[in-house]
Amino acid sequence: MKVLVPVKRVIDYNVKVRVKADGSGVDLANVKMSMNPFDEIAVEEAIRLKEKGLAEEIVVVSIGVKQAQETLRTALAMGADRAILIVAADDVHTDIEPLAVAKLLAAVVKEEAPGLVLAGKQAIDNDMNATGQMLAALLGWSQATFASSLDIAGDKARVTREVDGGLQTIEVAMPTVVTVDLRLNEPRYASLPNIMKAKKKPLEEKTAADYGVDVTPRLTVVKTTEPAGRKAGVKVGSVDELIAKLKDEAGVI
Amino acid sequence: MQFGLSDEQRMIVNTTRAFVEAELYPHEAEVERSGHLPLDLIRDLQAKAMAAGLYAANMPEEVGGAGLDTLSWLLYERELGRANYALHWTCVARPSNILLAGTPEQRERYLMPCIRGETWDCLAMTEPGAGSDLRGMKASARPDGSDWVLNGTKHFISHADIAGFTIAFMATGEEDTPRGPKKKITAFFVDKGTPGFTVRDGYRNVSHRGYSNAVLEFDDCRVPAENVLGEPHKGFEVANTWLGATRLQVAATCLGRAARALDHAVSYAAERRQFGQAIGKFQGVSFKLADMAMELKAAELLTWEAGWKFDQGTVTEADMSMAKLKATEMLAMVADEAIQIHGGMGLMEELPLERIWRDARVERIWEGTSEIQRHIISRELLRAVGG
Repeated sequence: MKVLVPVKRVIDYNVKVRVKADGSGVDLANVKMSMNPFDEIAVEEAIRLKEKGLAEEIVVVSIGVKQAQETLRTALAMGADRAILIVAADDVHTDIEPLAVAKLLAAVVKEEAPGLVLAGKQAIDNDMNATGQMLAALLGWSQATFASSLDIAGDKARVTREVDGGLQTIEVAMPTVVTVDLRLNEPRYASLPNIMKAKKKPLEEKTAADYGVDVTPRLTVVKTTEPAGRKAGVKVGSVDELIAKLKDEAGVI
Repeated sequence: MQFGLSDEQRMIVNTTRAFVEAELYPHEAEVERSGHLPLDLIRDLQAKAMAAGLYAANMPEEVGGAGLDTLSWLLYERELGRANYALHWTCVARPSNILLAGTPEQRERYLMPCIRGETWDCLAMTEPGAGSDLRGMKASARPDGSDWVLNGTKHFISHADIAGFTIAFMATGEEDTPRGPKKKITAFFVDKGTPGFTVRDGYRNVSHRGYSNAVLEFDDCRVPAENVLGEPHKGFEVANTWLGATRLQVAATCLGRAARALDHAVSYAAERRQFGQAIGKFQGVSFKLADMAMELKAAELLTWEAGWKFDQGTVTEADMSMAKLKATEMLAMVADEAIQIHGGMGLMEELPLERIWRDARVERIWEGTSEIQRHIISRELLRAVGG
């Protein structure tokens, strides 16, 4: 089985995000960018499937600016076999919307014919949480989102999903789109020897036009603002005082 | 000229930094407090470092290392340099390059176990009476039949307590040179447990808590001829050929440590408020930050350039000395100013700054004092004009 893993280049989760002066978005100039952490988990899961003998080949694909090839190289250094870069923007501030990404991925799936698409549940930049679902719909495939465990047996996959209020286990028919959650696994480091080997792995470069997909944005960003600062807290002198405040002022107990 | 990192170098930095932050930082406070690195912690971190391919990364691929070029290796050292030195060095160890100078048998016996993490090497050069003047060493070896018999004392020998063997540099006679008589030096492998070889605890010191040093005593310690590393009487040549870029390694470590101190100073200056504004708005603080960043960058450029020239085969002794000298003196300044910006809080053990400040002190002394580095740089200038 071939596994396709889409990976997105996003602002590093350690970076303190700053809003651009004109409010049009987040300032990404000279900011550290990394692979979306949920996508790292998806890459890790694909590698584990390969190590278990359930997958033969891992193809990673990234859609965005040319610099996304750094993200792909990282996925290759973790253990993916091959990479496809679809250049769809010139400006690092241009975000390709989920529907366009899903359409491009659907086109890649038609070409590559993977048995499984493993994706992050969402990208930590815009938190859209839509691409995996749209991709499954476009392909007419089953989908299992927010996976915290994944077991593949024959033409079925058993997926535990992290839903509000608990865990839900479902069985889906393969091929399927699985979007992964935080607790599925702990991604490995791209090891130094594998980093050196990654440069020899193939990275194919395409454009959105090659797939005939229009990536023009449909959404308009009206305004971007920093979150409101937290108000100063108060120190309480005793447990009794805390309970009283929670009862009388916060009204939570 | 090309100042950007390659994809590989960027990933090496990312992996090493992620490892340092996730695996080493959490143990720093305890190692600093106790001054001790427990063996089970070493084993645990060592296994993780091996899985990430960070262990023995200085070694060529054919012996199981990562085969990094010098510049990539220095980037790796810079990232490791952010952490406590005992954790940095012992748990993510790199065998001394000098082990590559061994015969195939010596490589099998000494180098490979170090690469596999089964043991560590240590280099014994310094003596109570021979520091910068290494050739003034008193410890000696005399031939006896096909053996050599070693006598003398070495001190400040790093991590000799856990090392399975040492490479001991011993005086083996004198030769006349145009600049006067000069001691001939021979390097020997000496296994722990060899009769007449004793390792004693060294000194407690202000820098590098948890990174032990030891006193080595040789008392009629007999080793066979096959334990000579390289040729007899060519110990200095072996060291000069194979020790390689240790001065650049020190420089790179200082870069990482200074970068960490600067990160703290910048964040603090942006957040800490006094007299109604962030202290970074006061020129007394902001100009310090500018100078710290500039000094760090200058030291980085010197180090990267020397590292790059090292692989081109064009590096000079002065290049490496300049990088070492600048980086170590820069670290002293950056650590000191980072504490000044933090005020009293900078001296507390809750932050890594007091540790970085203490650690900075040894860097201007070991691997050649600042004075020796200045001597090397000026000697190169003067020799060029016959001086």
